[in-house]
Amino acid sequence: MSKLYSGAEIVFKCLEDQDVEFIFGYPGGAVLPIYDELKNFNFLKHILVRHEQGAGHAAEGYARSSGKPGVLLVTSGPGATNAVTALTDAYMDSVPLVCISGQVPTHLIGTDAFQECDTTGITRPCTKHNWLVKDVKDLEKTIHKAFEVATTGRPGPVLVDIPKDVQFQKTNYTKFKKQKKINGKVHSHFSQKDIDELIKLMSKASKPIFYTGGGVINSGPKASELLRELVNKTGFPITSTLQGLGSYPGEDSQFLGMLGMHGSYEANNAMHDCDLMINIGARFDDRITGKLDEFSPKSKKVHIDIDPSSINKNVKVDLPIIGDVAEVITSTIKTIKKVKPDFAKSNKQKISKWWEKIQKWRSVNSFDFINSDETIKPQYAVQRLYELTKNKDTYITTEVGQHQMWAAQHYKFDKPNRWMTSGGLGTMGYGLPAAVGVQVAHPKKLVIDIAGEASVLMTMQEMSTAVQYSLPIKIFILNNEYMGMVRQWQELLHDKNYSESYTAALPDFVKLAEAYGCVGIRASTPQELDDKIIEMINTDRPVIFDCRVDKQENCFPMIPSGKPHNQMLLGPKDQRENKITGKGKTLV
Amino acid sequence: MVKSKSAYSIPGKQGKFDTHIIVVWVDNEAGVLARVVGLFSGRGYNIESLAVAEIDPKLNISRITIVTTGTPQVIEQIKLQLKKLVPVHKVADFKREDKNVIFKEMALFKLVGSKSKKEKALKACKKYNAIILDKTNKSYVIQITALRREIDSMTKNLKKFGLVSISRTGAVAMTRGSEVFK
Repeated sequence: MSKLYSGAEIVFKCLEDQDVEFIFGYPGGAVLPIYDELKNFNFLKHILVRHEQGAGHAAEGYARSSGKPGVLLVTSGPGATNAVTALTDAYMDSVPLVCISGQVPTHLIGTDAFQECDTTGITRPCTKHNWLVKDVKDLEKTIHKAFEVATTGRPGPVLVDIPKDVQFQKTNYTKFKKQKKINGKVHSHFSQKDIDELIKLMSKASKPIFYTGGGVINSGPKASELLRELVNKTGFPITSTLQGLGSYPGEDSQFLGMLGMHGSYEANNAMHDCDLMINIGARFDDRITGKLDEFSPKSKKVHIDIDPSSINKNVKVDLPIIGDVAEVITSTIKTIKKVKPDFAKSNKQKISKWWEKIQKWRSVNSFDFINSDETIKPQYAVQRLYELTKNKDTYITTEVGQHQMWAAQHYKFDKPNRWMTSGGLGTMGYGLPAAVGVQVAHPKKLVIDIAGEASVLMTMQEMSTAVQYSLPIKIFILNNEYMGMVRQWQELLHDKNYSESYTAALPDFVKLAEAYGCVGIRASTPQELDDKIIEMINTDRPVIFDCRVDKQENCFPMIPSGKPHNQMLLGPKDQRENKITGKGKTLV
Repeated sequence: MVKSKSAYSIPGKQGKFDTHIIVVWVDNEAGVLARVVGLFSGRGYNIESLAVAEIDPKLNISRITIVTTGTPQVIEQIKLQLKKLVPVHKVADFKREDKNVIFKEMALFKLVGSKSKKEKALKACKKYNAIILDKTNKSYVIQITALRREIDSMTKNLKKFGLVSISRTGAVAMTRGSEVFK
């Protein structure tokens, strides 16, 4: 008779067969049998977080930066509910997570037992799928299925809820053989006809644009390489969503910068005026489209996406191509090579007027700001950070708010998986634990969380995790003492009624850093900024960097709510020249 | 209209609403109905009626029939979102006007009153396959199968004949002819 394993052992056997190396978790009553087995499985390193939300975001950071699924282990009741924010965040941003949660013993389910909650009920709308395993015989199958669901098609979070008695029960374990490369194949439903149609549209277009998103990143590093080849072969301009940054080099001349609410003037105007929009792995989010009725009114739209339900959800498209981005681009490049080997050359004349127009928009220099000698402008801080770290293969995470948009505007990425930010759910407090996860995946790399002082306080406790595991993450706080984006909207949309957006009692971040056992650095003037940033980079321990920035600075350009792409609000320089007064601003 | 101060986009024009019958084949497992219904409520879709039962105990398959209304875009989304659920095998969609599909609902009526009233009620029900399931001196329980709007009008008509209680199912649907939906 073969050896019998307990449910807890089977959890680890499954993780081993799935090549999991790290697990982010927090123990508790209902997962104690699993924690009891941890010592017997050396393939796995457990990272003890300080809050289950931190475990979730760390797992997201790990997944986004490594391309592998992130795994977290939490206890029943509060353990599971604390993980809900991170699961929802991963669901919105298509990050593969596997959450294993403990549950009260099966005979206590439904009795309002201590630390009981309806975990599968609560997480149903924020996971791709979840399971309550009531029989240990189903456990192995369920965990492997969970990994499959999380990582195939459009990736996302899943949850496996395991009652405590099931963790003790014993059964057989059969070695699992991982199927290679399931991703893509079963989910691609396009034909050569679609590709031919795409190429027909491309050769007809005189004002084309590529609009790329997180789908390119999720399709793997190969997809980013292919995208570069495709853009190069066609000579078309390209813009990217927040989540897609890094799939195309940020400093390339064909790249128009990020689009959307705080995107560049040239990207948004090009989206509005184009006659062919090729969406690759983006989802027409409301922060991208602005007013739907007036979104890019004159264009033919192509949408390449692995998720059929993304097609026609917000914007009706003319040519949907359902498939994995890498596969679709491969076919496209192959066909171009066959049908029109000199596409870029023959097309150059046709789209030259378009490029002229784009250059005109570009000359507006919409990310520009008025710099100062006295105070550190937050944009300047990000620019300096970029200049001083760009040769180091740096990984950037962010929290949510103004600093996030400034990071997206001024930090240029030239590789995928280097940029981790909460785009869909917009979770303040994402960046610090995400940085922990990124550093776990890339121990030798420089990992920086560009943060706001309000966001970072939401998950500050994870500094303790960073110290425990000697993860030298750098928390670069653009500290303006305000919830900056809230303050900006209140200024522009609510008659400067700054209701509750000022934090009157902030901790001393340098002392806080010392209390956590890491290094605190403060910069208050533009003159000392560079030296302090270099000091931060050269510190091989976790750092909290308190960068005191201008308190009034707003994030421009901005598409005011309910406006189309071509009615952007530009920054103060332009406003001064065009004499748009404060009163004009409130009219948005 | 008050000028919106919201930073979210202003809702666009709404298309015309159609009534559709969505049939979903699912694994009969714990929570599967909650997944389907939760998808509707979570995304703001309507459910007019719902009927669900296991149809294949061996393969463990249940068939869920949902009557819903929405713009063509919303109906399309409902189908695509349903197909993404792990326990969902296939999804069929019929327009209510579709002549190739049979729709039926069942209703139970309890009537209390004089004999002549009850007889009149029974007569009115006749064209909807009326069956008397229970009979006392004072009351009838009648079962009918009909379309939704027919049952709607019957419940109105029967008020005057002593209708005191109504119980009805959601619609179930099946295509005409030998074709089977795959």
